[in-house]
Amino acid sequence: MIKKGIKADFPILNQKINGHDLVYLDNAATTQKPRTVIGSLENYYNHINSNIHRGVHTLSQKATESYEDSRRKIAEFINAENQNEIIFVRGATEGINLVANSYVKPLLNENDQIIISQMEHHANIVPWQMICEEKGAKLKILPMNIDGELLVNELENMINRKTKFISIIHVSNSLGTINPINKIIEIAHRNNIKILVDGAQAIQHIPIDMKKMDADFYCFSGHKMYAPTGIGVLYGKKNLLDEMPPYQGGGDMIKSVTFEKTIYNDVPNKFEAGTPNISGAIGLGIAIDYINDIGIENIAEHESNLLEYATEKINEIDGVRIIGNARNKASVLSFVINKIHPHDIGTIMDSHGIAIRAGNHCTQPIMDFYSIPATARASFAIYNTKEDVDKLMISIKKTIEVFK
Amino acid sequence: MSDWNELYLEVILDHNKNPRNNEELELYTHEAKGHNPLCGDRISIQIVLENEKVKEAKFTGSGCAISTASASILTETIKGKNRSEVESLFENFHGLVTGKETEKELGKLAIFEGVKKYPARVKCATLSWHALMAALEGKEETTTE
Repeated sequence: MIKKGIKADFPILNQKINGHDLVYLDNAATTQKPRTVIGSLENYYNHINSNIHRGVHTLSQKATESYEDSRRKIAEFINAENQNEIIFVRGATEGINLVANSYVKPLLNENDQIIISQMEHHANIVPWQMICEEKGAKLKILPMNIDGELLVNELENMINRKTKFISIIHVSNSLGTINPINKIIEIAHRNNIKILVDGAQAIQHIPIDMKKMDADFYCFSGHKMYAPTGIGVLYGKKNLLDEMPPYQGGGDMIKSVTFEKTIYNDVPNKFEAGTPNISGAIGLGIAIDYINDIGIENIAEHESNLLEYATEKINEIDGVRIIGNARNKASVLSFVINKIHPHDIGTIMDSHGIAIRAGNHCTQPIMDFYSIPATARASFAIYNTKEDVDKLMISIKKTIEVFK
Repeated sequence: MSDWNELYLEVILDHNKNPRNNEELELYTHEAKGHNPLCGDRISIQIVLENEKVKEAKFTGSGCAISTASASILTETIKGKNRSEVESLFENFHGLVTGKETEKELGKLAIFEGVKKYPARVKCATLSWHALMAALEGKEETTTE
């Protein structure tokens, strides 16, 4: 169970939009931040701000401690073997680019293959296209069915000796599908192929355990889990990270530099060139404290109840169709309304104080798959309530009325 | 932003529901496709330009209510106008929907004034116009980006 009055922890939610109490349902794009996370940023800049590592003065040591403490919290949160397997990046996108360039690109030869899926976010398509183009390799697409479920049984047949890497989204940001990631990883490993899992939409909804999951790489963004923007995490197995070349060169990622030769630092520092987003990393640690206080299992249950309620209610409205009907879904409700463009839906709902997203959600191939230009998407987080869902339904009905 | 009533005027809703000139021309002199990658809207404009005057104008494609109504009203408005009149109409229309100018010899197009309060929707209102301009310039495609 989630305690009542959780909205009060999020100052931004206490405001009126166009004369109505804000109902924020764009959580798959970014979540709002609790007071503790906002406070941690202020505290950092008021009392600790300093550059980390190698500083001998007090502030630098404090900043370093807080930054590394956050790394420890993250490692525990996803049950990583070792905190050095946690690399701070800007977000899931940078994590994927790092793996594409530092791990996969050196392995690729002409006509090799990388497998992704039909339901990837553009962030898990474009980096692979870029290295494929450079190396003359090919991108293979694991298909899905009309409900938005991957045809995992086809993966085995797609794999051949040219397959060098697999990268799959854990939870679809457009459809809400929770993919059977353990099974996918098991197939990859049985065929001696390494795999990256894009967890940007999973980490805030379901418990993640790297030891059980056994993904080689896993990445996510802080801002979708109640932390600031501009900070994210790439998890990688230590032995893989050790053998990878750096992604970017600069300060902090070296042990020594001469004009003749540079000796790189160990992981994770090897992948954290330049001054990182220190306050963001600390804020992410505080966001994880917040999630832990509530309990990720409780969050999962709460959101799953909301989704179930919303699905039931929306199905009662004529002319509305849900896009994405997987059996196993996270709290994402994508829908289309007969003869009403999602952007018009979004604008009308905004006038009711309801924030949803309308568009292709950075998943154009999914829109093409369903032959639709866009969807309207409501996505739920810990602070959303059944009343929010009720307001959403009223707003949908009023929208239909406008365009009647 | 404010009440949606100022954006979705009756006339706009009507043109969305019953778009005028919404078909392909068999013969035309100029054509271009407009694409708004943000929302996936695609509008194609076909015109017949005779003696530098627009004799006929039609559109096809799909979009939101604003882009559909805008395309529909565009095809009605530009008929009988010459190239430079169409160009200055677009300039005035663009000024209106971006809030840079007040209504200026726009006639029916003035109903799109509400768009200025919705910056995210300016591209919806101007998509068909960008396509029209591209067609007049002899280009085949344009995007609002």
